[in-house]
Amino acid sequence: MQTIVAYVENKPGVLNRVASLTRRLAINIDSLTVGPTENEEIARMTICAHTDEKGAHRLEASLEKLVDVLLAENISGRSMLERDLALIKVAADQQNRPHLMELIKVFRGRVVDVAPESLIVEVSGTVDKIDGLLEVLRPFGVLEMARTGRIAMTRGNDLLRPPDAASRGKPEAAPASS
Amino acid sequence: MKLTGAEILCETLTRLGVDHIFGYPGGAILPVYDALGKSKLHHILVRHEQGATHMADGYARASGGVGVAMATSGPGATNMVTGIATAMLDSSPVVCITGQVSSKLLGSDAFQEIDITGITMPITKYNVVVSKAEDIARTVREAFIIANSGRPGPVLVDITKDAQQASAEFDWDACGPQLPPKRVRNNHDQEEFDRAVELLNSAKRPVILAGRGILLSGAMQTFEQFVRTSNIPVAMTLLGIGCFPATDPMNLGMMGMHGEAWVNTAIQEADLLIAVGMRFDDRVTGDLRTYARNARKVHIEVDRAEINKNVTVDAAIVGDAGEMLANLLPHIHTRDHSAWLAHIKELRGDSAVRDIQSLPDSGHLYAAHVINDLWKVTKGGAIVATDVGQHQMWEAQYYHHNEPRTLVTSGGLGTMGFALPAAIGAKFARPDREVWAVVGDGGFQMTMSELATIVQEKLNVKIAIINNGYLGMVRQWQEFFYDKRYVATPLIAPDFVALANAFGIRGERVMCRKEVVPTIASARNSDQAVLIDFRVEQEDSVYPMVPAGAPLHEMIRRPNNPLVETASEP
Repeated sequence: MQTIVAYVENKPGVLNRVASLTRRLAINIDSLTVGPTENEEIARMTICAHTDEKGAHRLEASLEKLVDVLLAENISGRSMLERDLALIKVAADQQNRPHLMELIKVFRGRVVDVAPESLIVEVSGTVDKIDGLLEVLRPFGVLEMARTGRIAMTRGNDLLRPPDAASRGKPEAAPASS
Repeated sequence: MKLTGAEILCETLTRLGVDHIFGYPGGAILPVYDALGKSKLHHILVRHEQGATHMADGYARASGGVGVAMATSGPGATNMVTGIATAMLDSSPVVCITGQVSSKLLGSDAFQEIDITGITMPITKYNVVVSKAEDIARTVREAFIIANSGRPGPVLVDITKDAQQASAEFDWDACGPQLPPKRVRNNHDQEEFDRAVELLNSAKRPVILAGRGILLSGAMQTFEQFVRTSNIPVAMTLLGIGCFPATDPMNLGMMGMHGEAWVNTAIQEADLLIAVGMRFDDRVTGDLRTYARNARKVHIEVDRAEINKNVTVDAAIVGDAGEMLANLLPHIHTRDHSAWLAHIKELRGDSAVRDIQSLPDSGHLYAAHVINDLWKVTKGGAIVATDVGQHQMWEAQYYHHNEPRTLVTSGGLGTMGFALPAAIGAKFARPDREVWAVVGDGGFQMTMSELATIVQEKLNVKIAIINNGYLGMVRQWQEFFYDKRYVATPLIAPDFVALANAFGIRGERVMCRKEVVPTIASARNSDQAVLIDFRVEQEDSVYPMVPAGAPLHEMIRRPNNPLVETASEP
């Protein structure tokens, strides 16, 4: 699994271009998340793809060739945090509810809704952790699940900032001469 | 100053230095055509929008500038798809402007509405819909920058009809490009650079692989200096032809599937390959597992995504070919490669010294003769646009290009029907030069309607049809790999001489070898278009040939008996 972070123009059609590119390169996306940044003109993407290092280089370099992609960087192998958020609706009755709550606590999940025959757990963390919780909830009956997909950030001084918005309008490179 | 969107477009194109637009009108682009009529821009009416894109492409390739094609919405736009893809695969800077239905109608399946930006997304460098008159100037200026910077490519600008009709303030200084604030990558990697220098200065059997990136960078002089300083022989890709003189003793010739045997053998025996502005396409490498196994590889390339894509390299230098070669030059030692050069000369053997010109006339007319004669008669000075197939490979082998931008050919996409419109575009780019379209009887029938464009524009383009009555390259594959089962390759053609005459173009037919030179000479004496129908040997094949997917050194060599053809010494 390879993780690529990209800053893109926050406008219609950009997600389509990114998705179209991965399709063309025949790279399977495991998860792709998009969200706004502190600059409303720029969005941040985290792309997790089933490919090797070579494929990730090609994806990263090809992404950066898209006019609307400001920066793309493969952060796999760097010291980083990865987070996934899940809402899991699990069957629960009077009898097994206390036992369930115990298990959820161990995984640092939160019960955010309780109904007579079910409850909803909110859990965030690494994919492994969420998969682990899911494993122990499954025998009780998982009724519904929604996951956000991963977001990732490198640790400490390893900063991945979007380019300065003031450089808008400056061409990417000097036109090739004849 | 208040102008309509259509007038803004024409004014913007004029200020960007455009003088020719290849296009075809229609409902959704009519406001622009009305404004075109009032401008000084020269619009060339094509007969099919595919022709417009190939002409713009030919114009770009011959001039080094940006070519412009125009069409209406719907079928006008979809007809451009093949031409756009052709430009994309060969990194050709083309700007396509299409009309679109009014913005209120977008998404309603209105008459001649099609999502052309959706369709062309994977085959353009960038595309965009403009639905406001005030955005037209900025967007078109951005399109020109994107098309011709970095690794060039086609850009499509789709303008809604209401944006063409609406009025907006036009102020050139206030509508400058607003391209996204991209990170400027520092691609210089000192370690890679040092390794490249070390490899270059220690190789015993090096070969330079020269590609189109050198032409696109305009780096011909720097490249020549690099060759002289390093004293390393050069092999060319098809699209690199012209970036280094064919008649230079350091130029080995074209590599790859139909490259000469000594070129491919030299690559397979080399201990270092220096690839400049090329992308290790499967047509130049053959089987990757057995490709240049003895060689370390240095890759100089502007597009980072090409590094390690097909061939894993030992040192990559990412950047403009000319700049990167100039950076390397001061570090390169001139070394004695005489043993290696002598070995390559030996590989050439007698296949090079048998000049096809001095072969006795056997009564057969071979395409190789025709093209070699064309080279001799034109003294190598013509711009030649080729189609795709056997004649294209013979052109690459037998027309020796010494100047950049004189071979216009579809390499990456291999688009049949390219030659005639591309030659028209090249002639508009270089009216001072003699321009020939060299085309097969199959490809010619795909876009021959553009003969009418030649007549309407009173254009002096010469056309050489290499007519063998077959889709020759496919027939050749059927001969070699499908037991001579010629399915769907024999083809009927109209009487090309009568056809030319019907268009008002002089037509000539050549049946035997002794007629070749006088007919070409007589065509050259005319200041109008002339079409020559060369009836060549029907079942002739292009040699050598590396079968698709085979190792580069396992070539099918030229048969000795009958002696069909042989390479000529430039």
